Amino acid sequence: MISYEFDYTRPDTVEAALDLLDDDSKILAGGHSLIPALKLRLSAPGKLIDIARIPSLKGIKMDGNELVIGAAATHSDILESDLIKQHLPMFAEGAALIGDPMIRHKGTLGGSLAHADPSADWPAMVLAAEGTVVVQSKTGTRSISSDDFFTGFYSTALESGEIITEIRFPIPAEGTKMTYQKFVQPASRFAIVGCAALRHPDGTARVAFTGVADAPFRDTAVENAVGDWSEEALEAAVALTAQGMEFNVDHYASETYRHHLARVYCRKALKALLY
Amino acid sequence: MAKITVKVNGKVYSHEVEPRLLLAHYLREVLSLTGTHIGCDTSSCGSCTIHLDGQSVKSCSMLAVQADGCEITTIEGLAPSGSELHPLQEGFKECHGLQCGFCTTGMIMSAADFLQSNPDPSEEQIRHALEGNFCRCTGYHNIVKSVQWAAQKMKEDKAVTA
Repeated sequence: MISYEFDYTRPDTVEAALDLLDDDSKILAGGHSLIPALKLRLSAPGKLIDIARIPSLKGIKMDGNELVIGAAATHSDILESDLIKQHLPMFAEGAALIGDPMIRHKGTLGGSLAHADPSADWPAMVLAAEGTVVVQSKTGTRSISSDDFFTGFYSTALESGEIITEIRFPIPAEGTKMTYQKFVQPASRFAIVGCAALRHPDGTARVAFTGVADAPFRDTAVENAVGDWSEEALEAAVALTAQGMEFNVDHYASETYRHHLARVYCRKALKALLY
Repeated sequence: MAKITVKVNGKVYSHEVEPRLLLAHYLREVLSLTGTHIGCDTSSCGSCTIHLDGQSVKSCSMLAVQADGCEITTIEGLAPSGSELHPLQEGFKECHGLQCGFCTTGMIMSAADFLQSNPDPSEEQIRHALEGNFCRCTGYHNIVKSVQWAAQKMKEDKAVTA
């Protein structure tokens, strides 16, 4: 499949990329969402701005009490990072479930968040880990809490003229447990349902889902119901999963089946967090 | 048009290409390296797998311009210099790891990347590593055996060299 014609540029800095960015251009990182869309002619930008090699967008580092992942870090970079294994092991666990090795070598965290596929894995994990998305425009930078970032079907709070530069996470306290549990679509390897859950040492939880509705979401009803993490409390929490949501319906899963899977994967995630 | 320079199987090439030219098409149609196959053309099947700077990638979901300045290995350049076949190619031959053969080059390129960092893999690890490669003859069993055969051969070759 051949896409429409476009121009291609590969600037060396974020500032140079921002100078080129206009309504007729698209940011290219790993390209594993954008290029398939171009090939299907679902998208027809006049120009691609390739940011995948900009040095300031790569890498994973500590900054004070935060862990910072560059927007152009690949799934594979995250999977192999010792800092991630130490502080956000859910990300290594989850990254290993994204696509396949070849896709993980190219796809990026920033690209996945900007694209906001309703079945992508990162959004649920970023929500559960309390991520903050840092974006840059010609007028400066701003930070968007992951709670406010995903606004709907393939939609985010990212505005035109902005590029995601990094995603910041508070370093979880000693004793925090976290997991990502996914029911995978075996051909595309996207999540039919994915549940990311994090348990703080004080017993409070953050629980987020992907694949269930038109956008990833935090399930505060479940979070508030885990209580003392007893079997009864967890079953009560599981029963509240995705209440009142409008479910995705496709040829893989009906509303009833998807809701059932969401409860099953919520239970699996919560049980993985028991001491 | 955009100018790209790439090193493919040890040889440097420079070409003016359309930005929309896929890397798989560049390899097959400009360089005539037709060992890289295009199966699904949607990044699901893995038959277009090549190595870009040492990492396995799907060349149907990359633009040739994205590979500018990079080193590429295709199935044609996989065998070490002085050998006709790579141990994986021998393994697929020995263990009947191919039926129609369409997925084979992608399977071998994925497995070659995997064995670089996992020289002694379990069967489960091999199956997990080949998740991105589909065989529509469903010959997975012998494909896994072929990779196991190659891993063993590579260990023995290494022992001899050491």
